[in-house]
Amino acid sequence: MFKILKKTQFSEKVFEFRVHAPRMAKHAHAGQFLMVRINETGERVPFTFANWNPEEGWIEFIFMVVGKTTQCLSELNEGDEIQDITGPLGCPTEIEGDRVAVVGGGVGLAIAYPVARTLCEQGKKVSVIMGARNKDLLILFEQFASLPLENLFITTDDGSMGEKGVVTLPLRRLCETDSIDSCFCVGPVPMMKFSTLTCREFKIPIVASLNPIMVDGTGMCGCCRVEVGGETKFACVDGPDFDASLVDWDDLAHRQASYKAEEAASIKHHEEDCACQK
Amino acid sequence: MPEVKYRPNIGAPRTPANEEPAEERAHDFRPVDTGYTKADAIAEANRCLDCKKPLCMNGCPVGVHIPQFIEKIREEDWAGALATIKADNLLPSVCGRVCPQENQCEGKCILGRKGEPVAIGQLERMLGDMADEVGEAPECKPSNGKKVAIVGSGPSGIACAGELAREGFDVTVFEAFFTGGGVLTYGIPEFRLPKEIVKREIKGLEELGVHFEYNSVAGRLFDADELFNEDGFDALYLAVGAGLPRFLHVDGENLPGVYCANEYLTRTNLMKAYEFPEYDTPIRHGKNVVVFGGGNVAMDAARTALRLGAEKVTLAYRRTEAEMPARRAEIHHAKEEGVEILELCNPLRFLPGPDGFVSTIELQRMELGEPDASGRRRPIPIQDSEFAIPCDVAVTAIGTRANPFAKLCADVELNRWGLIETDENGRTSNPRVWAGGDIVTGAATVILAMGAGKKAAADIKEKLLSEEA
Ligand SMILES: Cc1cc2nc3c(=O)[nH]c(=O)nc-3n(C[C@H](O)[C@H](O)[C@H](O)COP(=O)(O)OP(=O)(O)OC[C@H]3O[C@@H](n4cnc5c(N)ncnc54)[C@H](O)[C@@H]3O)c2cc1C
Ligand SMILES: Cc1cc2nc3c(=O)[nH]c(=O)nc-3n(C[C@H](O)[C@H](O)[C@H](O)COP(=O)(O)OP(=O)(O)OC[C@H]3O[C@@H](n4cnc5c(N)ncnc54)[C@H](O)[C@@H]3O)c2cc1C
Ligand code: SF4
Ligand code: SF4
Ligand code: FES
Ligand SMILES: [Mg+2]
Repeated sequence: MFKILKKTQFSEKVFEFRVHAPRMAKHAHAGQFLMVRINETGERVPFTFANWNPEEGWIEFIFMVVGKTTQCLSELNEGDEIQDITGPLGCPTEIEGDRVAVVGGGVGLAIAYPVARTLCEQGKKVSVIMGARNKDLLILFEQFASLPLENLFITTDDGSMGEKGVVTLPLRRLCETDSIDSCFCVGPVPMMKFSTLTCREFKIPIVASLNPIMVDGTGMCGCCRVEVGGETKFACVDGPDFDASLVDWDDLAHRQASYKAEEAASIKHHEEDCACQK
Repeated sequence: MPEVKYRPNIGAPRTPANEEPAEERAHDFRPVDTGYTKADAIAEANRCLDCKKPLCMNGCPVGVHIPQFIEKIREEDWAGALATIKADNLLPSVCGRVCPQENQCEGKCILGRKGEPVAIGQLERMLGDMADEVGEAPECKPSNGKKVAIVGSGPSGIACAGELAREGFDVTVFEAFFTGGGVLTYGIPEFRLPKEIVKREIKGLEELGVHFEYNSVAGRLFDADELFNEDGFDALYLAVGAGLPRFLHVDGENLPGVYCANEYLTRTNLMKAYEFPEYDTPIRHGKNVVVFGGGNVAMDAARTALRLGAEKVTLAYRRTEAEMPARRAEIHHAKEEGVEILELCNPLRFLPGPDGFVSTIELQRMELGEPDASGRRRPIPIQDSEFAIPCDVAVTAIGTRANPFAKLCADVELNRWGLIETDENGRTSNPRVWAGGDIVTGAATVILAMGAGKKAAADIKEKLLSEEA
């Protein structure tokens, strides 16, 4: 059992949990993730470490409510317990170059934030590009804004916050003005795909943090397989970060959508008959 | 009274298994075989010739004293019979169900030469299942103050833990999953090996004082140095299993609806996807399921597909049924339940339907050529023999590779397949680290994994206790 020490709500759908997990706190690195199973009937879902403190023995993760499991999680409170948390999993993020663009979109912002923070701590010059469909879905703005960044760009599809358009607009400007040495991106597949094309044009190396569906997170089930450079890789043990220029994006997009119908049925079932508070 | 000499019931037919009717059992996860009754067991025990040179024992990788335990069954000394098995095999309930007996003990039984061998597996599982009724908790030697860490709670880790705990070691098992048993829990389905049995065995170990730390991924949450230097462990046994699945590497293999068996079985067994939406983990319920492979894993996947409601399940194999490595009983059960076997064909590509999910598989016919290194005749593609079959779920079960954590856990030598190099006692290149099970042999069997755990336990004991002196 893992006790929730602190619950912070960042916006309507975004929460941060601080959980007691001393051993994990000692071994977590930026870019690694954990897997949560809320209770006996729960599924296993991955979240990136947002923060950790080995002295005080806790770890934090940030999540956005998108379906049944994240909904159930958001209903838990300080003092409640999560049945299982496994981690750290995956390889730590390694970014070359001193001037790095961190591009995050949608839920990916929750993953981009700890990476940006760590890069700042390493003394790198970090430019962040935040993207979302609209203002309400643009999560963690204040957290990003409080980092010592070189630049902070915001784009929304509808222009309700920041620049109207997509993340590649500011990314292209950074490339054109020779302001970055490398790029890290995480978010929806089209966003990562077009960021990659933009960087490739300027020969800027780009790493993508891939988020395929996972089950075990230890390389055993093959659910998280992704095609990178013509090879089958497992995001949970070989990644989640890969050289973005080698990723087969269509393959990833198809696999992420494998359970759309079941995911809709699951949240509907939950709303009709809340089973997560057992 | 003069002792009456035992007279075997020569010529009696093998006592049949008590199997649920195929058409009923194929639709839920209840056990296929309910096991022998005491009367069945005695009848079967009476067939055994009580050989002076029991060939059956040569076939058992851990040397279970088969005629001796069978004799105790005849005497209706159930506790004695169970204790006799347990001296060599800690998990009779499991091995009786999953050992490939036809290649091992029963394959060597003298009665098999002319008729049917003694049903050693059935007797063994029946005794194992009587543990709660007759079993006594084995005595543990007093604590010797030495601490051993075991990584992985599959059969190899369990066997090693049990042996060491009985010898007075302080044993902790670290397991990546939230529950124990390894493949016994996430791979082999409920209808073949009820999870209650695995739970009972683990509880038994806890009663011996073994600590289980779940959600603990060795190599990520800690490594060997930390266990030795900070946590005070004296030895480490690595039993992380083979793990990583292999793929066919053909077009369309990543389409939604194409599973590898590990995922298909883990979703079902461990995560209970068949109870979705009560349980959160989803699985695709195919109407027309095609499974690739010929081993136990493929049989388990095919029979699971039936139980998830498939109308048609086809098992496609490169060779013929005769070369399938699966237990004979599983092939028999699968066919009885309605799994259709498509021999001599190989998948060429998976094609999507309009919804993006797999809808068609293109295959190629094969013929058998000369025997290969494994001694089985090599399948060779037949020119211009391509054909297509429809399918909405495909499952590949073509084997596994080395678990990538082996090298993260500890500094040990690996061979060119990434498996850990050990001597016959499980010693690795690192003097405080032992290893065994699938991570040493590659995908093998439960009994071999257990045997390795037991051997390593004996060696760990010798090494640690002699250090003392
Ligand atoms: C390595 C990694 C790190 C992640 N880190 C974060 C994070 O820090 N914060 C955050 O909010 N989200 C993160 N995610 C995404 C998060 O796991 C999903 O949002 C979550 O699983 C959704 O579950 P649900 O039941 O609420 O929604 P559902 O309605 O079940 O799913 C919504 C979408 O999430 C994805 N998803 C569903 N199940 C899984 C699964 N088992 N594994 C992976 N993806 C799944 C699918 O694409 C699906 O369409 C991460 C994903 C990965 C792979
Ligand atoms: C579907 C299926 C059916 C089978 N049927 C049969 C059968 O009928 N008869 C038979 O004899 N054999 C069968 N086998 C093979 C048999 O199950 C294996 O040979 C046996 O389980 C190997 O045991 P093990 O202890 O080496 O590894 P496993 O059983 O694989 O256990 C390894 C354990 O280690 C854990 N682990 C891995 N990495 C880490 C880490 N880094 N930290 C902590 N824990 C870790 C895993 O989660 C797992 O629990 C079958 C296998 C499968 C997959
Ligand atoms: S352990 Fe397996 S091989 Fe040995 S006697 Fe028992 S069933 Fe036969
Ligand atoms: S070989 Fe067969 S008949 Fe002989 S002791 Fe073994 S089980 Fe009995
Ligand atoms: S999640 Fe199972 S192999 Fe990566
Ligand atoms: Mg979900």
